[in-house]
Amino acid sequence: MIEVEKLSKRFVVREGRFRRRRRTVDAVSEISFGVERGELLGYLGPNGAGKSTTVKMLTGILVPSSGRVRVAGLEPSRQRIQLARRIGAMFGQRVQLWWDLPLADSFELLRHIYRVPADRYRESLDRFREVLDLDPFLQTPVRQLSLGQRIRGELTAAMLHGPELLFLDEPTIGLDVVAKQRVRDFLVELNRERGVTILLTTHDLGDIERLCSRLLVIDHGRLIWDGGIDDLKERYGEERTLVVDLEEPSPPLEVEGARVERVDGPRQWLRFRGSAAELTARVAEHARLVDLQVAEPDIEEIVRRIYSGR
Amino acid sequence: MLYGRLVLARVRSQLQYRLSFALDTVAMFLVSFLDFLAVLLIFHATPRLGAFSVEEVAFLYATSGLSFAIAELVVGHLDGFPQLIRDGSFDVLLVRPRGTLFQVVSIDFQLRRLGLAVQAFVVLGWAISRLDIPWDAGRVAALPLMVACGAAIFCGVWVLTISVVFWAVEGREAANAFTYGGRQLTQYPIDVYGRWLRRLLAYVIPMAFVSYFPALYVLDKPDPLGLPHWLRYAAPVAAVGICVASALMWRFAVRHYRSAGG
Repeated sequence: MIEVEKLSKRFVVREGRFRRRRRTVDAVSEISFGVERGELLGYLGPNGAGKSTTVKMLTGILVPSSGRVRVAGLEPSRQRIQLARRIGAMFGQRVQLWWDLPLADSFELLRHIYRVPADRYRESLDRFREVLDLDPFLQTPVRQLSLGQRIRGELTAAMLHGPELLFLDEPTIGLDVVAKQRVRDFLVELNRERGVTILLTTHDLGDIERLCSRLLVIDHGRLIWDGGIDDLKERYGEERTLVVDLEEPSPPLEVEGARVERVDGPRQWLRFRGSAAELTARVAEHARLVDLQVAEPDIEEIVRRIYSGR
Repeated sequence: MLYGRLVLARVRSQLQYRLSFALDTVAMFLVSFLDFLAVLLIFHATPRLGAFSVEEVAFLYATSGLSFAIAELVVGHLDGFPQLIRDGSFDVLLVRPRGTLFQVVSIDFQLRRLGLAVQAFVVLGWAISRLDIPWDAGRVAALPLMVACGAAIFCGVWVLTISVVFWAVEGREAANAFTYGGRQLTQYPIDVYGRWLRRLLAYVIPMAFVSYFPALYVLDKPDPLGLPHWLRYAAPVAAVGICVASALMWRFAVRHYRSAGG
């Protein structure tokens, strides 16, 4: 669906008020990756790392400085219009709806901009109205919508023409828990039921953890991780924690390959590397277990470690 | 047609504020008459301006005004275009399967700009009624054609100059010098201007083709400047030329779009 090979974008920045110096900035430098049809992947990176620049090159907004990019078999900047028919995009901060028109009118205009046949339009709009619960504010001018309502409107706008590939930039930013969950559920459904390939740019690690099976991490314009979230945890997540509930309170357990981090009555926290099963067996030799649970390192922690670990 | 729908949507939302819309339109209409009053004042001091009488200048004023009003109605929203570049909203237009220029100009159709066209019509009617134009088939056809060509030239110059914004967001003022400035210049016969300005208008930015040259034909006047006779028929060529140039410029400029951070 997406092929990117040694893609770079350089910007020339002019500095100084009188004596203007030219400085080139590599916003994105020589990144390569591929995305298969039907993937739902997260694209992560600190501010200014090159996330947006990459997405803008994939959607045909920016012309790459060098490298090759193919999206749905097309070259985005040269075949922008053909590509636009096949992709959907939602940029968190940018409004694509008409500010002073009712939501329904905005959709109707988009239908004509994308030349969507009336019956197909009706069908998808009906679905989105149901899934995203649009009916209560369908006739409200966009400027009067709450953020959550507007985001749901924007998502619908991005999907009305039935794109195969969806680019989302911070889709859940600023949403409350309920609205966030609704958007996430919707994305999962789009991906699973309709086979829409989704590339999600986000700061929200909750989005990534709940939605994505694969993660790209970019920093200073370079791709520093491309792989599964589990692999990422294995590689960067130091130790896991085994939480055991013993039959009765006991002094900190002394078990090979683990150290006790915390004791609270009969409950103890053991940090360890390697197999949880082996450790559990060893613990069982020392004490009688009532219950146990393995805590994974949290992705937020891991990402912090990747960024700072350069 | 999509353009019609977009325009209609804008008009409908503008009519939500009926009073403000009505006041705007009337104000625009009245203010533009003050503008014409300034022209009449000049003739209070002198009976002729260059080789042109007051009615002839009114004819130039009205045809160029009409052309400008049409151009402003069609592409006037380009004035708001720097804002689209500054805040990056232009991104949104680029991911839609339509031409970017089409989307920019159709984004905000301002119906109140019709006020200007109405004023130009009134002045044109007055001028024609007082002028002794040798009407024949050619001249009857030439009048709407010259207005259309003039509108196309204004549109072309507008697009061409606003493209500067892709490189320098603050370039709008420079662009306005050509569009609004060009409108002022075309209201008077070019023989009142100095030589370098005349040449600029005739050969570089083809503003002289908006009203001056075609008006010589309609009014059946010899060129007081003695410029080549065929120039009076050349407005369509100038219009096509500038429109092609502006379309190429726009395409070139879009490829240099840098988007906004974020």
